[in-house]
Amino acid sequence: MKVSMTVNGRPVEAEVDPRTTLVEFLRKHLNLTGTHVGCDTGQCGACTVHLNDRAVKSCSVLVGQAQGAAVTTIEGIAEDGGLHPVQAAFREHHGLQCGFCTPGMVMMAIDLLRNDPAPSEATIRQQLQGNLCRCTGYHNIVKAIQAAAATMAATEPAPTQMKEQLA
Amino acid sequence: MNATVIGKPIKRREDERFLRGQGRYVDDLRFPGETHAYFLRSPHAHARIRSIDTSAALAAPGVLAVFTGEDLKADNVGSLPCGWLITDVNGEPMKEPPHPPLAQGKVRYVGDHVAVVIAESYLQAKDAAELIEVDYEELPAVTETARALAPDAPKVHDEFADNCCYVWEIGDKAATDTAFERAKHITRLELVNNRLIPNAIEPRAAIALYSPGEDRYTLYTTSQNPHVIRLLMCAFVLGLPEHKVRVVAPDVGGGFGSKIFHYAEEAVLTWASRKVGRPIRWTAERSEAFLSDAHGRDHVTTAELALDEQGQFLGMRVRTTANLGAYLSTFSTCVPTILYATLLAGQYKTPHIHCQVTGVFTHTAPVDAYRGAGRPEATYVVERLVEQAARELGLSPSEIRRRNFIPKEAFPYSTPVGLTYDTGDYEATLNRAEELADVAGFAQRRQEAAKRGKLRGLGYATYIEACGLAPSQIAGSLGARAGLYESGEVRLHPTGKVTVFTGSHSHGQGHETTFAQVVADRLGVPIEDVEIVHGDTDRVPFGMGTYGSRSIAVGGAALMKALDKIIDKSKKIAAHMLEAAEADIEFDNGVFRVVGTDRQVTIGEVAFAAYVPHNYPLEEIEPGLNETAFYDPSNFTYPAGSYICEVEIDPETGKVEIASFTAVDDFGNVINPMIVEGQVHGGLAQGIGQALLENCVYDPDSGQLVTGSYMDYTMPRADDLPSFQIDMHGTPCTHNPLGVKGCGAAGAIGAPAAVMNAVLDALRPLGVTHLDMPATPHRVWQAIQQAKQQQAA
Ligand code: FES
Ligand code: FES
Repeated sequence: MKVSMTVNGRPVEAEVDPRTTLVEFLRKHLNLTGTHVGCDTGQCGACTVHLNDRAVKSCSVLVGQAQGAAVTTIEGIAEDGGLHPVQAAFREHHGLQCGFCTPGMVMMAIDLLRNDPAPSEATIRQQLQGNLCRCTGYHNIVKAIQAAAATMAATEPAPTQMKEQLA
Repeated sequence: MNATVIGKPIKRREDERFLRGQGRYVDDLRFPGETHAYFLRSPHAHARIRSIDTSAALAAPGVLAVFTGEDLKADNVGSLPCGWLITDVNGEPMKEPPHPPLAQGKVRYVGDHVAVVIAESYLQAKDAAELIEVDYEELPAVTETARALAPDAPKVHDEFADNCCYVWEIGDKAATDTAFERAKHITRLELVNNRLIPNAIEPRAAIALYSPGEDRYTLYTTSQNPHVIRLLMCAFVLGLPEHKVRVVAPDVGGGFGSKIFHYAEEAVLTWASRKVGRPIRWTAERSEAFLSDAHGRDHVTTAELALDEQGQFLGMRVRTTANLGAYLSTFSTCVPTILYATLLAGQYKTPHIHCQVTGVFTHTAPVDAYRGAGRPEATYVVERLVEQAARELGLSPSEIRRRNFIPKEAFPYSTPVGLTYDTGDYEATLNRAEELADVAGFAQRRQEAAKRGKLRGLGYATYIEACGLAPSQIAGSLGARAGLYESGEVRLHPTGKVTVFTGSHSHGQGHETTFAQVVADRLGVPIEDVEIVHGDTDRVPFGMGTYGSRSIAVGGAALMKALDKIIDKSKKIAAHMLEAAEADIEFDNGVFRVVGTDRQVTIGEVAFAAYVPHNYPLEEIEPGLNETAFYDPSNFTYPAGSYICEVEIDPETGKVEIASFTAVDDFGNVINPMIVEGQVHGGLAQGIGQALLENCVYDPDSGQLVTGSYMDYTMPRADDLPSFQIDMHGTPCTHNPLGVKGCGAAGAIGAPAAVMNAVLDALRPLGVTHLDMPATPHRVWQAIQQAKQQQAA
């Protein structure tokens, strides 16, 4: 079957087995290996990407379901060679150790902050339920997300404002 | 030391690639012509293999080869070796059954490797595996530790009389028994240390390639110690010449012990890569990881503490049965013996200790080192006993510990279980922990919780760890079949840039930063000029790898030795360049200077002279500036700490919440506090996971793994944990050049006892006096109901 979509802003097209999951498509066909696979039951979140600007577990999405969609992966969030504020905050606050859960965590965190630009610690912890990290004990991930929220609030209009401005 | 880099929370240099999705984990690598392997695993806990018919699988689309244990046997493939020989109390060596990489004759646990299918695609390999017809004669199985030695327990290995691998002991039994006879009080506990599944988030993976032109193999594998894998695989399993095999462990997504061991898949893929003539790749599915990664812990213990009327410890007696699983994994045998019983003195001056450990075979996955390896088990025994004794004697948990701590003047201190602690200040860490945890305000918090209908409890654990297992000669006399040194190579390039090769391996610990700090500090060069290389047997001279929190204490010390050699040689070169006597040259912050003058050359200039030796003492020394060192420590290092956990329990649901967790550790000198704190956080999460959530369960009748996925095995998630309160109080290690102790396992060692002591403190008013881990809502609720019934009766 033939699929086409936009990945990190670039149109892609490929002939694939319909059983292919989105994560396999990203990793094997597009060689975007930043998105990881940590389980086979949709529970670790290592494979989290954005599908039309919403976080999804790409192991639980068939590539056909992404037909025509805009997909963003960890490789596509930094602009102009710099780091996205969430990436920068993870580095600044040591929110990663082995780095395996990290792409999924970062993609989840960006989504979380998009929906709630100033989340409490409890909200962050609850929103991260679907992302496992075995290294950090989550302590510094939570700190990093809080810090990213603060920087983003200081430098960017909140998404709702943004929408209003666009409208 | 250059105060600008050592002890500073330098941001990690490896983060950039991980954050951008540019990490290179095994599964990210691609090779032209690669094929895919699928391992067919045993669905039975115990069965005889009557026959295997692979013909239909071989004929399936895309299939290139199918191999079974018979094929390996026909090719003289050996057994997966065990790295530590334990001697039984009867003087005989432990029972050491063969461990074929693919089962021969019998399968002995659910997940045991039966056959491998190699095909053009993974799905083709997996589909074809379903066509393999294995005729099994199912046999009864035993999975439970406490039942392994029952007279009617099915035998795991027919060649032995029973399921006992060894009975081992340490300490003076007679003296300990006498101490118990004199005791005014004896505290006794029956404890189960729950079985855990390590669950690094990156599943195990391997890719094997054979290059006929060079007659050379390359194995990419998710390993914490690639040189060890190469040695074991070449010398014991495949009989390959070591110089013809390269093992690479690139970025590795967490290990926690589970990636130390030499696994069947590594040997099978390497062997098959030559047969198939193309690269072969394999990545474990998570469900395979649950079945086949070596598990951790799994002890059943009876422990007793003898005390006098003042609450002074007179003696400790411990009997432990440790589940080793169906086969002996690489370091399985030393974990519940050498790494466990030697730690039973804890932070205390208990004069007499005797411990007997029985290692047993069961029809379960092999059990081996998991974060802390033996030390969490020991700490759990000691700290549960101590706190229980405090309750029984009416002492506070703080007071009973203080009465028994090894005082700081007593170091070096030799314990009755074979270790000599070099330094420590246990009162200091406890004081700081009590202050941080606001122990003084606890009574009020408890009252306030009671008003809300909640039970609040406070629990302590003061742990000791032994890191950097050493020295090799003593370990050898205790049965180690390997050395325990580390290697380091420092290469100054002609331009003054530095490449460092370490035998340690980072799979999250941040060596590329910490080790660079050590090197930059010693050489006085910018940290950006230093690159750390690890994880490749073709690039690094040798290495024992990373486990047991040994990297900085042993690997860092090896680098210091190599750096000393660099500086010694550089001084000679500098003396020549400055036309001065070597004795008059001093080195500080990257500059060699003639003492008392302003005549100087930089280390960069020295490096250039070493490679362009025009003005150089060639008759005295060789050109070049590249030095290698091996460091074999003279002793373990002994990190220690005081942990205090406060919990709140809802008696209606049994749910335990961690209200706060305080950890104050003594890691000696700290190179990068940010990274060290991160290590503590991760360890705490695993320790709290063990205490409250995680439990590996086999069905005792069928031997099936009940907790075989993230739906059944409860991993700690972000909302299960609090933010932690952490501090450090360091007494520098006295016998390594950096004064460091190691920090990787601390949290996992101290946390379980602290949490369980807190849970029991909360439940004690209801009459609950004992609980095993994990303290799940169900268990807590049941304990509450039982206590209620007992009190009503
Ligand atoms: S790989 Fe998608 S949730 Fe685990
Ligand atoms: S950083 Fe290793 S799993 Fe999260």
